[in-house]
Amino acid sequence: MPVNDSENGMPQHDSALATALAMILELDPTLLGIVMLSLQVSLSAVLIAALLGLPLGAALALWRFPGRGVLIVALNALMGLPPVVAGLTVYLLLSRAGPLGEFGLLFSPGAMVVAQVMLVLPIIAALTRQQVEELHQEYHEQLHSLGLSRARMIPTLLWDARLGLLTVVLAGFGRASAEVGAVMIVGGNIEGVTRVMTTAIVLETSKGNLPLALGLGIVLLTLVALVNAAAHLLGETARRRLG
Amino acid sequence: MRIGITLATAGLLGLSMFAQAQDEAPYITLASTTSTENSGLFDAIIPKFTDSTGIEVRVVAVGTGQAFEIARRGDADSLLVHDTEGEKRFVAEGYASERADVMVNDFVILGPAEDPAGIEGAGSVAQALTRIRQAEAPFASRGDDSGTHRAERRLWDAAGIEPDGAWYRELGSGMGATLNTAAGMDAYVMADRATWVAFDNRQNLALLFEGDPALFNQYGSLVLSEQRHPHLEHDLAEQWHDWLLSDAGQRAIADFTVKGQQLFFPNAP
Repeated sequence: MPVNDSENGMPQHDSALATALAMILELDPTLLGIVMLSLQVSLSAVLIAALLGLPLGAALALWRFPGRGVLIVALNALMGLPPVVAGLTVYLLLSRAGPLGEFGLLFSPGAMVVAQVMLVLPIIAALTRQQVEELHQEYHEQLHSLGLSRARMIPTLLWDARLGLLTVVLAGFGRASAEVGAVMIVGGNIEGVTRVMTTAIVLETSKGNLPLALGLGIVLLTLVALVNAAAHLLGETARRRLG
Repeated sequence: MRIGITLATAGLLGLSMFAQAQDEAPYITLASTTSTENSGLFDAIIPKFTDSTGIEVRVVAVGTGQAFEIARRGDADSLLVHDTEGEKRFVAEGYASERADVMVNDFVILGPAEDPAGIEGAGSVAQALTRIRQAEAPFASRGDDSGTHRAERRLWDAAGIEPDGAWYRELGSGMGATLNTAAGMDAYVMADRATWVAFDNRQNLALLFEGDPALFNQYGSLVLSEQRHPHLEHDLAEQWHDWLLSDAGQRAIADFTVKGQQLFFPNAP
């Protein structure tokens, strides 16, 4: 990791931006490792959460059953789950003394994925439920005149809502890549093993190395912007091609 | 119920996805303190150990209270912390099979350079703390049950002061975060010398009191008990523990400097 060695410890005004630029241009291997791990963990978590959350949200939009309202409220409330609480829960589950201890997952990237899935899943499921429900109300009669069962409607509705759902998944990715409380507890911020962008920022801040911490923040923001730009382009292309 | 199933599924997926990471070089998980990690000590000494043994050391740097808790639950193979009383209790309770002194560093008292409580030149740390109390000058305490926090509470106790009131601010933060906050609110603060010397965001903070033997800070290494947690890498942890106490380990600790200053002084038996 490059170290910003300012003589008196007083950071210059523009040095965070300069640090960020230097880090990106130098392609520092340590930084590259941290960036790759951040992406790997957060993208895996979003992928798993989307695979579970999209059908779950759609099913919740279509079926009526007792306790449905409670479930929807609970899911909406879980969107505000503090990351540190998610981390603590996963820590207690994966700890050697916990119920899933024998997998030996604690302090590994796998544990960080589990914790982030817990944070992202409610967001994807709750927002999908809302979008699919609106769409279903709109196309209710057509869908029923086709004689589709509810289970068969799910893929149709998810496909029709895909552009809106892309934003939902991106919101989930934002949550995953920005959070620090959960991955700090279950990953342990181990250098070269579980250190990601956000935990590196916390570490550098606690060393009083503020320009480097802020520089890492700028790199992270750039990264998230790139992922969003890619998704936006994908959405636009799809829109143009499919009308 | 649903969350349980989801978590188990996600856990298994995560496990398989990162399975290749499990059969790398042999490693131990070491729970240690933020002061050793933040100062850069581990970056200096662990590569020397890994070179000679092929064993990786994965450091989880937390407060001493949390480090004990991680070890108690069987999530670390070895401990390097600084709370001798707590360490001995840990051995007595059967969680650790061995404990030994490894090194010392010392605590220093920092504060705003103008020193409103006048602690510079105090005869003892007890006198310095008494002056801060009398002036009711802001004092930033870790307040996180870390080794440094426990040591600080013992020093107030020894000075016969019960710190309370608006001037005594418990932050509940790590050492670096506490220094950032103390610098921001012009408060006195006690820190380990290692974190202080390596710390870059000093602003108006200055070193005002040091050198009282009551401020010495003993670090101990513990090997976790194999009886309590049979899955632990006991043999590897034993090698790490022995290396720390060996001539090579002690020399590596003595050779570590930040800005030309030696920060940890080896004192293995």
